[in-house]
Amino acid sequence: MHASTSTRPHTDPPDARTGSTGGSAPRLEFDAITKRYAAQGGSGTVTALDGMSFHIDPGELFGFVDSNGAGKTTTMRIALGVLAADSGEVRWGGAPITFETRRRIGYMPEERGLYPRMKVGEQLVYLARLHGLSRPLAQERTRAWTERLGVAERLEDEVQKLSLGNQQRVQLASALVHDPEVLILDEPFSGLDPVAVEVMSEVLRERSGAGVPVLFSSHQLELVERICDRVGIVRAGRMVACGTVDDLRGTGPEQVVVDVPGAGAEWAAAVPGVRTLDVTGSRLLLELPEGTDDQQVLQAALAAGPVREFARRRPPLTELFRHVVTEEAGA
Amino acid sequence: MSNGFHDDLPDVRLSSAQAVRLVAGREINTRLRSKSYQIITAALMLMVLVFSVVMQMVTSGDDVQKVGFTAASAPLAQRLETLADVAGVEVDTVSVDGEQAGRDQVADGSLDALLLQRQGTQVPVVVEEELDETLQASITQAAGQVTLDQEITRLGGDPSVVARQVAETSVQVDAIDPPQDFDPQRLAVGSIAGILIYLALIATGASVAQGVVEEKSSRVVELLLATVHPWQLMAGKVVGIGVVGLLQVVLVGATGVLAGQLTGALSLSWATTIGSAVWLVVWFVLGFTLYSLVFAGLGALVSRQEDVGGVTTPATMLLVVGYVVGISVLPNSPDNTVVGIMSLLPVFSPTLMPMRLAMGAVPLWQTVTALALAVAAVPLLVALTGRIYRNGVVRTGARVRLRDALR
Repeated sequence: MHASTSTRPHTDPPDARTGSTGGSAPRLEFDAITKRYAAQGGSGTVTALDGMSFHIDPGELFGFVDSNGAGKTTTMRIALGVLAADSGEVRWGGAPITFETRRRIGYMPEERGLYPRMKVGEQLVYLARLHGLSRPLAQERTRAWTERLGVAERLEDEVQKLSLGNQQRVQLASALVHDPEVLILDEPFSGLDPVAVEVMSEVLRERSGAGVPVLFSSHQLELVERICDRVGIVRAGRMVACGTVDDLRGTGPEQVVVDVPGAGAEWAAAVPGVRTLDVTGSRLLLELPEGTDDQQVLQAALAAGPVREFARRRPPLTELFRHVVTEEAGA
Repeated sequence: MSNGFHDDLPDVRLSSAQAVRLVAGREINTRLRSKSYQIITAALMLMVLVFSVVMQMVTSGDDVQKVGFTAASAPLAQRLETLADVAGVEVDTVSVDGEQAGRDQVADGSLDALLLQRQGTQVPVVVEEELDETLQASITQAAGQVTLDQEITRLGGDPSVVARQVAETSVQVDAIDPPQDFDPQRLAVGSIAGILIYLALIATGASVAQGVVEEKSSRVVELLLATVHPWQLMAGKVVGIGVVGLLQVVLVGATGVLAGQLTGALSLSWATTIGSAVWLVVWFVLGFTLYSLVFAGLGALVSRQEDVGGVTTPATMLLVVGYVVGISVLPNSPDNTVVGIMSLLPVFSPTLMPMRLAMGAVPLWQTVTALALAVAAVPLLVALTGRIYRNGVVRTGARVRLRDALR
């Protein structure tokens, strides 16, 4: 399975981690990346990235979350050398990524890109060879990955003849066909059918399990929450929160859901410090201040009537995201 | 499968030559297999073949006039044969057995005309529908000669001596600036060369621009640029499409040479015909190199196929101007001074020079100057268009302004 020691905040020293094979496994680091564009139709510049810093350890599945236009695509394109940063550096294993090491990255651009009129098989072999593979190896890996992703019977078809879902699978195959040692995938789940979503998550976990640092972005926060080791939230070109989902949750007060049928909402108000956030029928969402014992709340509930439900509520990533983004915006 | 660590990083180095070869290989592969390429090549080959056959039929067509004569009109017929030859009409005189037999042969079409015995100043000629104009003029002239002969004989002279003296008398022209003597066949070959190179340059140039935009519009360029440099991608595309276009020009040129020579449409020497074809190929290579760089750079400014035409219009116009000037001026005035000067400039030389070289009489210094200027323009264009391409190719969306792409 994938590495599980990634609960440290992202400010850890780069050598803190040891890879599963021992020695120093290569970590992917983004160090203070800044990028400005000329503003459209006028003078001045727009800052797309403003000191973007984070890292991904080998074997780690890192989810990149932002609101549209906050800079995740720019970050990825800089890592791939499609764009040049104004300042800052992307490092892999401590050394800046060069044109040659870049061939070891598997990339899936946000705007999907394949030759529409080229056959699936030829296209994948071509892309693998551009990544430096010999022809026989490229053919072998093309067969292996198309079989794995369930598009092996379409090798002789033009990409444009495939369904959208299958085109996405071919796109993923194009990112994997050269057995990359780093994966950078921009919105890999968008446009996938549920089966393909499962295949995709499985492949990402398997690759990170093989020691590959995996960076992917998504707007599907439930999915990110489910499969990522760590999450980074980006706002206005900066990383504003970064860590495991639990780390991020740790920042807010504890919440519990209590259902005492027929008891109304008044009993909760009697417990000192507890705030009622939401009432749905007899179901209450309570916020417990720091240091409050949840057992005390349970006793109060039992005193009010038979308790049907009593659970700690884990705020979903969606809520954390909204929280982090609006908090930053207000600051 | 790789376990993902630096120590066993596989050798994924790709030399520039390998990268360019890979990109070019893909272009050659996909284009050679495309139906439209195969159809266009076959159509062009067919076109020059048909042209040769038509030309052969026109030049040596069945326009021999068969003229019958009776015993009474024999002297006239004899005169007619020599005179008509001078006038450019081929006349075959046939003796017929009496007027009625001759009339029958005219009626069934085996004779074009029948000369009858002269009656005073009138020479009766029997035809089915009408008398060929040139033939009529020749007959009139022949009749006059016969009259003259009779008069000379009557005055005691020798008609054959007079005829020889008349024939030997000629004008001696002393031109101060003699015009070049151009062989009409070479002018025709030059025009065909012009059409072919124009079509080839327009088609390959458009292919280059569309190929660049195809990669931008499908966004595959982003995957490609993560593995190869922009210049490698551009060079591979230009080389690949160039090889495919060159093959087309060579096939069509070779068809033209063979068809022209073997059908007898061309009475030019093999050396002249092959020379024209070789110049065609040389100028295609140069012209393609110059123009495809420009087309690639311009193509990189837009992201949608429907914008390709607009953005490449300036380059297309230059090709059209060269071609139109050449095809409308050169066949009538192959040594036109203005066209001669234009044909030295790299902008127009690819369309004009192969036409002039096929038509003949291009001074060596002009050939060398045009070649040298075109070759010298290549590195300049590489630098300029390479910059435009590099800046334009990753900017998808709205059309990139040339000024921004040159930064």
